[in-house]
Amino acid sequence: MMRHRAWHWGAAAVGLVVVALVAVALGAVRVPLHDLFAIMRGAAPVSTREIVLTLRAPRVVLAALVGAALGASGATMQATLRNPLAEPYLLGVSGGAAVGAVGAMVLRFPAAAWPIGAFIGSGVAVALALGVARGAGTLRAADPRTLLMAGVVVGALANAIVMIALANVPPETVRGALWWMMGSVGDATWTSVAWLAGYALITIVYLLVQAPTIDALTLGDDAAAGLGVQVESATTRAFLTAALLAAATVAAAGLVGFVGLIVPYLARGAGLSRQRDVLVGSLFIGAALVIVADLAARVAMPPSELPLGAVTAVLGVPFFLVQLRRLR
Amino acid sequence: MIVFDSVRIAYPGQRDAAVEDVSLGCARGIITAIVGPNGSGKSTLVRALLRRVPLARGAITVDRTPVAELAPRALARRVAFVTQREETAFSRTVRDYIALARFPHGDAGGATAQRAIASAVESAAVGALLDRTIDTLSGGEWQRVRIARALAQQGDALVLDEPTSFLDVAHEMQVFELLAQIAGSGVAVLLVSHQLNLVARFAAHIVLLHHGRVAVAGTPSDIMRGDVLERVYEWPLVVSRDPAVGAPALVPLRRQ
Repeated sequence: MMRHRAWHWGAAAVGLVVVALVAVALGAVRVPLHDLFAIMRGAAPVSTREIVLTLRAPRVVLAALVGAALGASGATMQATLRNPLAEPYLLGVSGGAAVGAVGAMVLRFPAAAWPIGAFIGSGVAVALALGVARGAGTLRAADPRTLLMAGVVVGALANAIVMIALANVPPETVRGALWWMMGSVGDATWTSVAWLAGYALITIVYLLVQAPTIDALTLGDDAAAGLGVQVESATTRAFLTAALLAAATVAAAGLVGFVGLIVPYLARGAGLSRQRDVLVGSLFIGAALVIVADLAARVAMPPSELPLGAVTAVLGVPFFLVQLRRLR
Repeated sequence: MIVFDSVRIAYPGQRDAAVEDVSLGCARGIITAIVGPNGSGKSTLVRALLRRVPLARGAITVDRTPVAELAPRALARRVAFVTQREETAFSRTVRDYIALARFPHGDAGGATAQRAIASAVESAAVGALLDRTIDTLSGGEWQRVRIARALAQQGDALVLDEPTSFLDVAHEMQVFELLAQIAGSGVAVLLVSHQLNLVARFAAHIVLLHHGRVAVAGTPSDIMRGDVLERVYEWPLVVSRDPAVGAPALVPLRRQ
């Protein structure tokens, strides 16, 4: 297994910048590369400048942030729960967010309040999943496997609530809710980018600091305790942080599923095994993956745009099946 | 070094205590073994030392300090564990796996850590395995690697819960020889095992548990008695003396 050195990360960063530049350049209106450089020099036409700085760039940066955050969240959840199938979408976090956002729509809150509803919904879902896991626990506060099952149950409950909530609302509300639940970075603004960037920075730095503890947790509870880890509190802290990181992405871009599943798989497949390396690798791979998925959503069937969450789901299902086969 | 003093452990919802009034000591420089039938409370004692199950009564001390008063990392710096099960969900290199031992010291990558890891790798003879991934190791290699990881923790005590499960004779002997070598270097080795014949050859002090209580404790000669073992294991058996090595050997009999 390869030892990762600084130049690997440098190459990953360069690769990500190239992917981002291509994504900014391509779309309904193609922006040649020399125009992108002209914008940086302040010498581009106003219309091109508007397209790039107001529409494309915030969209691509938000896609990168959503991907990086979901990748880091998935990598943390998988290691903490010792389950390569764990990811925020599967653990009820996204479902809780959907309940919060759809609830805000149905109750006729302004659109600006929907992300706040999503964020609150995710928090409630995580608290509920932890509560169910603790209630089912014996000597232990929250068994990771019980937590996984609790997440699935909470997710199913969330789906039921969303369906009930949408049963008797006007069609336009249903359409709005559906579009949001399918995920999109199309409404990105520099404000939403700054909001998610600040939030992601704090939580990802915390997860990086906790990485050695999470490494120990991957050995199993007793072995981790033998290394001096306070298993229950460390598991809860890491899981909660990862869940709220995923919740922030849902608030910013709706439901973008399977990224948290695919990205750590690719990071480990690239030879990364220490949690800190897997996390950093997941940031790069997640960012690139969602940028490319969003680009595909924009250019696949012009002039209409595919839902981002549908594109990532199409990519994610084969990964899920591969992982399932490996677990047999 | 490690002392269990009148320990009682009761799992919630169970009428009988898993461990009742157990006292035993584990000194530096020797192998102390805990043996007994399945369900006799051996692993529960190890988990109590790990603080994974609470004590209903009594105390467990490490160098006279109750483990309940030690911070988890402080306990891990003094006592290293090779637990019965290790559910590694993701593979990693043996090198990275052994480096996890430095977690309680918080010095991964430092010179002290490198020296500790190099010494542990040499003691457990796993140098040739360092670049392999742990999912490619055989059962015997994996147990040696786990012991190397525990040694790299540099504790004064090493606690192992059935480290030779599923190993063939040669690999069992390798592990026991390694444990004897570790004890010989001054480490207190506390071993939970079902391998009575090997325990009798390698351990200086043996504690035989029965239904959560100490049935007999003492030297191998005190434990390896047909009447004692037949009563505890509830199976007909004889204890003979091996003509080749002179060690007591338990031979279970057929009922008919």
